[in-house]
Amino acid sequence: MRALRMNRLRTGLTMLGMIIGVAAVVLMLSIGQGAQTKINQSIETMGSNLFIVLPGATSSGGLSFGSGSVKTLTISDARAITELPSVNATGPVISGTAQLNFSAKNWSTSITGTTPDYFTVGNWVVEDGSIFSESDVRSAARVAVLGSVTAENLFGTVNPIGKTIRITNRPFQVVGVLAAKGQSLSGRDQDDNVFIPVTTSERQITGNQFPGSIRYMLVQGKSPEMMEEAEIEITQLLRQRHRISDGMENDFTVRNLTAIADVATDTAKILSIVLGAIASISLLVGGIGIMNIMLVSVTERTREIGIRMAIGANRRAILIQFLLEAIMICFMGGMIGVILGIGGAWAISQAIDMLVVITLSMVLLAFLFASTVGIFFGFYPARKAASLKPVDALRYE
Amino acid sequence: MPSSLTHPSASTLIRIAQLHKSYRLIDANGKTIENAVLQNISLSIEKGEFVAIMGHSGSGKSTLMNILGCLDTPTNGDYWLEGQNVATLSNDALARLRNRYIGFVFQGFNLLKRMTALDNVAAPLLYAGENRANSRKKALEQLRRTGLEKFAMHHPNQLSGGQQQRVAISRALINQPPLILADEPTGNLDTQTSKEIMALFEQLNREQGMTIILVTHENDIAAYAKRLIHIKDGSIVYDGEQALENIRDSAV
Ligand SMILES: Nc1ncnc2c1ncn2[C@@H]1O[C@H](COP(=O)(O)OP(=O)(O)OP(=O)(O)O)[C@@H](O)[C@H]1O
Ligand SMILES: [Mg+2]
Repeated sequence: MRALRMNRLRTGLTMLGMIIGVAAVVLMLSIGQGAQTKINQSIETMGSNLFIVLPGATSSGGLSFGSGSVKTLTISDARAITELPSVNATGPVISGTAQLNFSAKNWSTSITGTTPDYFTVGNWVVEDGSIFSESDVRSAARVAVLGSVTAENLFGTVNPIGKTIRITNRPFQVVGVLAAKGQSLSGRDQDDNVFIPVTTSERQITGNQFPGSIRYMLVQGKSPEMMEEAEIEITQLLRQRHRISDGMENDFTVRNLTAIADVATDTAKILSIVLGAIASISLLVGGIGIMNIMLVSVTERTREIGIRMAIGANRRAILIQFLLEAIMICFMGGMIGVILGIGGAWAISQAIDMLVVITLSMVLLAFLFASTVGIFFGFYPARKAASLKPVDALRYE
Repeated sequence: MPSSLTHPSASTLIRIAQLHKSYRLIDANGKTIENAVLQNISLSIEKGEFVAIMGHSGSGKSTLMNILGCLDTPTNGDYWLEGQNVATLSNDALARLRNRYIGFVFQGFNLLKRMTALDNVAAPLLYAGENRANSRKKALEQLRRTGLEKFAMHHPNQLSGGQQQRVAISRALINQPPLILADEPTGNLDTQTSKEIMALFEQLNREQGMTIILVTHENDIAAYAKRLIHIKDGSIVYDGEQALENIRDSAV
């Protein structure tokens, strides 16, 4: 009975090595792939050739003014920047939070006062209706464009276009609903939002201590090649408009978002590589585990092979037997590992709301590597033993 | 020297001529030395003989048995089994030869631990090309004949030494080989069990005409055999009939 149990234990341990190795690889690779996919998605929806221009200096001799606390950027700054040859469009933003009502439902969300260009710059797609117009901005009209999450929460299945909602108790007409974008690079839900003309926002909703000032603006360069030029032009123009003399620091900050996105992409790649490396190590450790257990049983197996040769097994019969055994163990272990890996990835995606992506190639990679190791070390000692003289195999200590 | 050596007949099962076996060893000074274990062994065994090989420990009995069983190869000399020159046979042919012509019984039983008694006994049939169902059926019949039917589904470590040895004998008999090689088959068994095992061998030899060669240290075990070969330092020092009654009487 003990020999049988010992044998089950050995088989179990070998399989465990396979299971852990395969499951770890599938899990790690799916997390890495998920992170990369997610960042790519965020970047794709972000819009291209983007700058963000914030009020306040990046730092000021150790004393830093929080961005936005200094009201130095204005709507007319934005209009002036739009005129630059290297700039395509500008979207000034006044933002805050607001309470929205429609019939009995209410929903608290972030509100963005901006211009029609903002939707171009931010790569927004209109799902239904349209965005507000330049004349809406000029007349400070009470019109609103809803993000998909806001529309869903306020209206459910009702079509919001043309309906009147209340934003902080003032009536607004819904003119458009935006297509969903998902999370931004910083992890914010970009679809839980309401957009109104910047002028309306300033005068009626968010209010403004310094008339004409904005929270920040998004600026879109003409092309990837003109980004450097655009940054210089924006900086020069703003210094000139803000009457900053030579040697004085900027009272604004220009950041290249596309460059930040590149960094994020690189980070995701590095994450993928690190996770991949960890996965390879687990696979290697699993492989060594498999190898050890297979080799430890060499004595027992060599004797067994000796006995089998004595009772008439030829080399082929022995090799087939041990090969099939190794394949069985590896196949079962590999299958369980794949199932556990996919299950684990799914559990993680559920538990911490993280995107995981499982591809066939990563599953195959894990499965094939572990199987190769397992089958080789299951088979190789048997092959060696089968080439011994029967008497030597029988006497093997 | 028995006359059969010079005049082999159709009834000759085993013929060995000028057989040598030596191992290459490395001594304390790092020099290789030849350790001659068997020297100039010549013998001939007819079908239906019951032979006991005796000799001191280390005299080369097991070495000779392993060569007879085609588990090992001689350094020099010739070995004919059933008229075939063993040295000319391929590994596969040797495996077939062991499977069809030789049944092994070892001192340490050498059962396959992972398998039931039934599957142990059935294994040689599988290697002979028989299918699993038939092999098991025949194996069960064989176990019935050796009185082990109810242990068929036991694993070796659930059996006593005597029972294990009887399973091993069943396995040795399953392909009905003409030759049984038993190297100290009773070495691990008590006197009573040894007697039962030997009675079984004697019966196989008498009723089925099986050729049995066994190695033993004990006179009363050797007494079951009709012919005695005595080996000393790798050479045959006695080969002849033994007066059964005399030896048996003296052993009692
Ligand atoms: N593989 C080997 N390598 C080197 N020497 C060996 C090997 N096998 C056996 N010998 C030597 O051959 C000699 C004979 O061994 P063998 O096993 O045939 O003895 P034996 O007569 O069966 O002894 P026992 O009665 O103790 O079983 C011994 O001196 C042993 O040391
Ligand atoms: Mg011996």
